Parts: sequence; C-alpha cells; structure tokens
Amino acid sequence: MKRSTLFIGQLLFTLLVCAFMLVPVLMSLLAGLTRNYFQGVSSGLTFDWLAQVWQAYSPTVWLSLQLAVACALCVCVVGVPAAYALVRMNNRFSRAFEELMVLPVAMPGLASALALLLTYGQFGGFRSSWLFILVGHVLFTLPFLVRPVMAVMQRQQLPVLEEAAASLGAGPIRRFFNVVVPNCQAGILAGVLMVVTLSLGEFNLTWMLHTPMTKTLPVGLADSYASARLEVASAYTLLFLLMIVPLLIALQVIGARLSRGEKP
Amino acid sequence: MTASVITARGLPSAQATVPRLRLTAAWALAPAAAVLFAFWLLPLAHLIVLGGQHRDGGESGYWQVLSSAQYLGSLAQTCLLALATTLAALLLGGISGFFLSRQRFFGRSLLVALLTFPLAFPGVVVGFLVILLAGRQGLFASLGLELAGERWIFAYSLMGLCLGYLYFSIPRVILTVMAACESLDRNLEEAAHSLGAGHWRVICDVIVPGLAPALVSCGAICFATSMGAFGTAFTLGTRLNVTPVAIYNVFTNYANFAVAAALSVVLGALTWAVLLLARRLAKNSRTVL
Repeated sequence: MKRSTLFIGQLLFTLLVCAFMLVPVLMSLLAGLTRNYFQGVSSGLTFDWLAQVWQAYSPTVWLSLQLAVACALCVCVVGVPAAYALVRMNNRFSRAFEELMVLPVAMPGLASALALLLTYGQFGGFRSSWLFILVGHVLFTLPFLVRPVMAVMQRQQLPVLEEAAASLGAGPIRRFFNVVVPNCQAGILAGVLMVVTLSLGEFNLTWMLHTPMTKTLPVGLADSYASARLEVASAYTLLFLLMIVPLLIALQVIGARLSRGEKP
Repeated sequence: MTASVITARGLPSAQATVPRLRLTAAWALAPAAAVLFAFWLLPLAHLIVLGGQHRDGGESGYWQVLSSAQYLGSLAQTCLLALATTLAALLLGGISGFFLSRQRFFGRSLLVALLTFPLAFPGVVVGFLVILLAGRQGLFASLGLELAGERWIFAYSLMGLCLGYLYFSIPRVILTVMAACESLDRNLEEAAHSLGAGHWRVICDVIVPGLAPALVSCGAICFATSMGAFGTAFTLGTRLNVTPVAIYNVFTNYANFAVAAALSVVLGALTWAVLLLARRLAKNSRTVL
C-alpha cells in the first residue's frame, strides 16, 4: 500500500519526538559504561563505574526496594477496600472522596512533604525512620492502585456477582475475599506494578522527608549528580533504569491485556 | 499509567443494589479515609495555619509572600513556564498521539512503548538527561561546536527546565490522546469529508473539538506537575527562580517556616484553581493521572 506524504511527515515527526525522549537515555547508558566520557567511546568500555556505584550506593538500592515493597503492601491493604467502597457507593460523596484521594498527586509534592515535616517532624523516632518516607509514598501512590482496580471492578459487573453471593448466604467479609478480590486480580496487579515503579522513582516528597540515614535511590542519584563525576552518575542512572524498565515493560503488557479485557 | 487512562463510568446496575450492601461498603473506605485525614488533610490544615504566623513580630507569611516582588515574580515565572510546557506538550503529543492511534504500521506498538517510558522517570533523572542533552558536555554543545563553532548550552536555564518538563508531559498527552481517539466517532469525519471539507478543516472543526475535553483535563494535569516539579530544577541548579526551588531555599537556608508554608499554600492553591477550572471546562471528566 502506498502511503501519503502526510503519513511520512507525521511518522518523521513522531520519530523525532521519540528521539528527543530516547537519545539522552542512550547517551546516559553509554556514558555509564565508557572509561572516559570526555575522550569518547574510543577510551574503551568498562564495568568499573558500575562496580564503584554499587560499592558506594548499594544501601540506597536496598532501602528503595524495601520502601517499594512496603508501600505496595500498604497501598493494597488501604486501596483495594477503598476501591471496592467507591465502586459500590457510586454517589456524590464517593466521587468527592476519589477527587480528594487524587489531590496529593496533583498538588506540588514539595508542599505535601513540607506539611508532613512541619506536623510530624517533632516526633524524632518517627522522623528519622524510613516509615516517615513510607507515609509520603503511600499518599502519593494510592490513587494509582485505586483507579485501575476501580476500572476492573466496574467492568466485571461486580455488584451482580456479589448479590448472587449474598443471596447464597455469604457475609460481607467472605464476599470481599472470595468474590471481590479474585475478580479484580488483574487490576490489583497493574496497580501494584505502577505503585512499585513510582515508589522507586519518587523524589519530590522523598528529598524533604529523608535523613542522612534514610537515603533512597533517587536521593542518592541527586547526590551523585551534584558531586560525582559524570561517568559515575551515568552508571548510577543505568542501575536505576535496569530496575525500573522491566517493571515498565510488564506494566505495558498488562495494560494492553487489560484494555482488551482479557485476564492476564 | 496505561491502566489509569482507562476511564470507566459507573454502571447503572450499581445504583440498583440493596442499601444494606452499600452501608457495609462504606466501612471499607475507613482505612483510606483515616490515612488521608491523618497524613494529608491534617498536615495541610497545619500548613495553612503556619503560613499565617508571624515571626519576630514581623508580618505574616502570606503578607510577606504577596508583598514581595521576588516571590511574586517567581510565582509568575513558574506559571508561565508551566503554561508554555503544557501548550508545547499538547501540540507535540497531540500530533504524535493522533498519528499513533489512527495508523497501523510495523513497529507501532514499540514506538508507543518507547514514547511512554519517560512518564515514570523521576525529576532528578530527567534533569540529568537534560544536562546530557544540552549541558556543557552535552550533545548540543558538541553539535554547536561542529556547526557554528560555539557550544550551545541551554540546560541550566528556563529553556532546559522546559525541556525537562516536556519529558513527562509528552507521554501523558500521547496516552490521553490515544485513549480519546478510540472513542471519537469516525462517521463525523467521513461526513465532513464527503461534504467537501479539506484535511485541515476536518482537523480544526471535527477532531480537535472532539478531543477537547481530554486535551483540557490532560493539559491541566501537565500544568499541575510542571508547577510542582522540584527534582528537575534541583538537578539543573538551584539558581533557577521557580517557586518549588524558592520554597526549598527558604525552608533549608533560612529556616523561615512561615514563608515556606505560605509559598507552598499559594502554589498549591494556584495549581488547584487550574485543576478546578479544567474540570469546569471539560464536564464529566475525571482528573487524568
């Protein structure tokens, strides 16, 4: 089939946008593996920088992973029942509540972090533990689980299924765990992946909430951008990308399946 | 974020359920309500009160912010920057998103995947990428050296910041436009074509109005993220006069909690006002994440 010039033009335009997005990422990957970036790739490729980064910053990686897992757990415990309630209620109050839940994401993260810091900062033990950062992450990621779970619940005709279970004598708790949760697994999975991805990369809140003892990966990245040499910073970025790109790919696969309405 | 773009309105059957079930459902909301109240609404209220406090017998934080040319200037600059970013993202992302949703060709889904990756990149990483692109040793610097004999460096200015904000705005626009195009009625376009409308006419009078609600709500959220993005500005240099950086400086360098709180409240209120306005303009739309 012969394509029109308009098609070619639009394709070139889109490719250009894509290049704008990807070229710096590729440059960063290359810089992290190059022996001396200022001399170029001709100076040779090496894993030394990655090893150096791992030596200096591996605690930040572990803390970030710990935070992401804890955050996903908390968000599931809080978010799945909330999504269920919002779908069931479906009135003016529930819509207002949903909007309230989205606000911490839409508002400047710095403002939320400042509010948390000024209100709970005086509790020294809480302030200096990683739980303080966890609170911020849970606030920020909650809607990213609730939204997909709600979308799946609405499509699955959950109220009908649940009424059937209720008419057979299942109590509310039994209905929730045996009917509701199994039916929205796909939404929960997509939400959890999104939450983990966002928690690993959260910076705006974390920078204000962290202490020298609780440095997460993005905080370490900011440190290395400010002080380390370009190759080390790039290698650190490479490490970070290695962690989140698989998550993003999984997210896209699940997202595609969800929008086709299949079960993963 | 692919999943959150799926919009689904309530089903009519949900309305017809027994009220008893709905009451038990309200209990399930309790944990989320508790978390939001304790860790967001309460601190926010505290922040609003703090902003009104006086320090050493001086003026309240709000008055200091609203009467200072420096803070007002940084607020105006932040708003203009966010606006410019939003418009550019809508234009670039709109064209690409429309193209990607209408055409089928080899490698299309790969292209979509690549274009939406940067959405989840944190601001600091985006700042670093901008430095690699337009910094002192960046791509444009060496390109300019080849072509014009001088290094093109614009990473550490507002231009660099705008580029950085485009990184997370363009993917968002592309995703939203692609989702919105699915629900456009193609018959309208064909009708317009058969009535003799040219290509541009159809785009201006049929497609853009059809996409308008999605564009408005997505634009609002792009604006909101650009207003509050701190990581990018932090990496590019704390000399940039944008409000998040100003808040950070006031808080850490001067420990002036009243002004920091007041600035945060004003920034948050501005952002919220834009989101509300977008809600008014695009009725029946939810905030796109």
